[in-house]
Amino acid sequence: MTTGITLEINEKRYPAEAGHGAVTAIKGLRARIAPNEFCVLFGPSGCGKSTLLNIVSGIDAVFMGNVRFDGNCAPHIGYVFQAPRLLPWRTVRQNLELVLRRGADPAIVETLVGEVGLAEVAEFYPSRLSGGMARRAALGRAFAIQPDLLLLDEPFVSLDIAAADRLRALLLRLVAARPATVLFVTHDPAEAVALADRILLFSSAPGRVVAEMPIAIPREQRREQDTVAKLSAELSRRGASYISECPGPTIGF
Amino acid sequence: MARFPSAVAGRAISLLLLLAVWEATAWLVDSRLFPGARAVLGTLFDETVHGELLHHLGATLSRVAIAFAAAMVAGTAIGIAMGLVRSLDTLFDSWIVLFLNLPALVIAVLLYVWLGLTDAAAITAVALSKLPAVVVTLREGARALDRDLAGMARSFRLGAWRTLRHVIFPQLSPYLLVAARSGLALIWKIVLVVELLGRPDGIGYEIQVFFQLFDIKRLIAYALAFVAVVLAIEWCVLLPLERHLSRWRG
Repeated sequence: MTTGITLEINEKRYPAEAGHGAVTAIKGLRARIAPNEFCVLFGPSGCGKSTLLNIVSGIDAVFMGNVRFDGNCAPHIGYVFQAPRLLPWRTVRQNLELVLRRGADPAIVETLVGEVGLAEVAEFYPSRLSGGMARRAALGRAFAIQPDLLLLDEPFVSLDIAAADRLRALLLRLVAARPATVLFVTHDPAEAVALADRILLFSSAPGRVVAEMPIAIPREQRREQDTVAKLSAELSRRGASYISECPGPTIGF
Repeated sequence: MARFPSAVAGRAISLLLLLAVWEATAWLVDSRLFPGARAVLGTLFDETVHGELLHHLGATLSRVAIAFAAAMVAGTAIGIAMGLVRSLDTLFDSWIVLFLNLPALVIAVLLYVWLGLTDAAAITAVALSKLPAVVVTLREGARALDRDLAGMARSFRLGAWRTLRHVIFPQLSPYLLVAARSGLALIWKIVLVVELLGRPDGIGYEIQVFFQLFDIKRLIAYALAFVAVVLAIEWCVLLPLERHLSRWRG
C-alpha cells in the first residue's frame, strides 16, 4: 500500500563533536506528500535534504517533531543512497534477495535484475561493477523490497550526462510499473524538472520548505529542451532567491 | 633462482631439507641427547601404534578445544560490546591491559591454588590467558563496522538476524580469523605449561616425565606429534576457511 506522508520536523540538531560545534540541520519544516506522488526535494547542498530522508527512513530517530504515514502504517521503504551501499561480499543477485519481504516471490529478483539491465552480471561481486552498474543494482534493490515509499538521495550524481539520463528514464519506467510514493533529493534543477510531479524548495540550513512548484506538464512533453530549460531556469532563480534571503547555517558552540 | 613447480612441491623440498640438516647435525654431534630425524620419527611411529601417545594427545587436544572455544565465544561478545559501547570501553579498558600483561604462568598457578589441581582449573587458566587478545582484536573489528551499511540495513528493516548474518558477520570475519589463528598458536603453548604444572596426563605432563628421564627421543617425538596436529588444523581448516570468506575480494 503506497502511503502519503505528513512531515512536521520542528528541529533536528547535530550535537557538537570534535572539530565543529552543534549544527541545526532542519528547523520548522512542514510538508505533506500525497500517496503515489513523485516529490522532488530541491535545494543547495548542506540544507538538510539528506537528513530529512534519514529521518523519514527511520535511520535517524533523534529529532523533535514527527513523521506520520497515512493510516499509521509502517511502509516498506526502498532507499537509494548517494553511494550505492551494496554489500561487497554478496553478489548482485544476493544483494537484491537480501531485502525481499518475508514470503515474497523470489522471482521478483530475476525480473528486476533483467529490468535494470544487470542479467549478465548478476553473479558478480560489486567490486567488479562500474559506477553506473552499481547504481543500477542499488536501484534494483530498492524495488526488490516492493516499496510503498521510495527514497532517493542524489542517486545519479557523479555519473556522466548520458548515463544519468538513461538511469532517470529507467527510474521512471520502474515507478510507472510499480506505483510508490517517491521522495527524490537533488540540487540539479534540470533533473528536478524532468522527474517531479511537484518540487519542494528548501532554504539553506537550517532547512525548511520555503515554496513548492508543481510541474503539470506530462513527462513525455518534458523532452522538449525549451520547456525544460525554461522551467529549470525558473527553479534556479527561485531557489537562489530563497538562499539569499536566509541566513547561513546557524552554528552554536 | 630456480623456480619451484608449485607451492606444494616447494613446501615438500623445504621440509626434506630441514630433515636432512637435522640428521646431519645429529650425525656430527653423535650424542644420545641429540637424536636424529630417523630415530625420532621411528619413535613417533612406535609410540603412536604401541605407546600412549594418542591418549595424551587426545587429552591435550580436548583441553585446547574447550579453552579455545570458551575464549573465542566470551572474547568475541566482550570485544564487540566494548567496541560499540563507549562507556563499557572506558570502564574495562584498563582491566584488559592488566590481563594482557598477566603472565599465563601466574594465572595457572593461582587457579590451581584456588580450584585445586583439576581440569577445570587447567582449562580456565588457558582460556583466561587467551581471552584478552580476542577481546582486543574483536573490539577493533567492532569499531571498524561500516555505519553506512548499518544505515542501509536499518532502512530496509532487515531485522537482527539478517543484519548479523549478512552485514555484521562478514565485516568481523577477518578479525575472527586473526583471533582464531593467533589464538591457536598461543593456546597450544600455554596448555603444555599448565599440564606440566598440575595434570597427570597430556603432552605437557609427558614432556616433564621425559625431561626427568633425559629421554630426548620421546620428548621430541611427542612435541612433533602435537605440532603436526596444530599445523594440520591451520592448513586444513583455517586457511581454506579464510579463502572461502574472502572470495569476494578483487
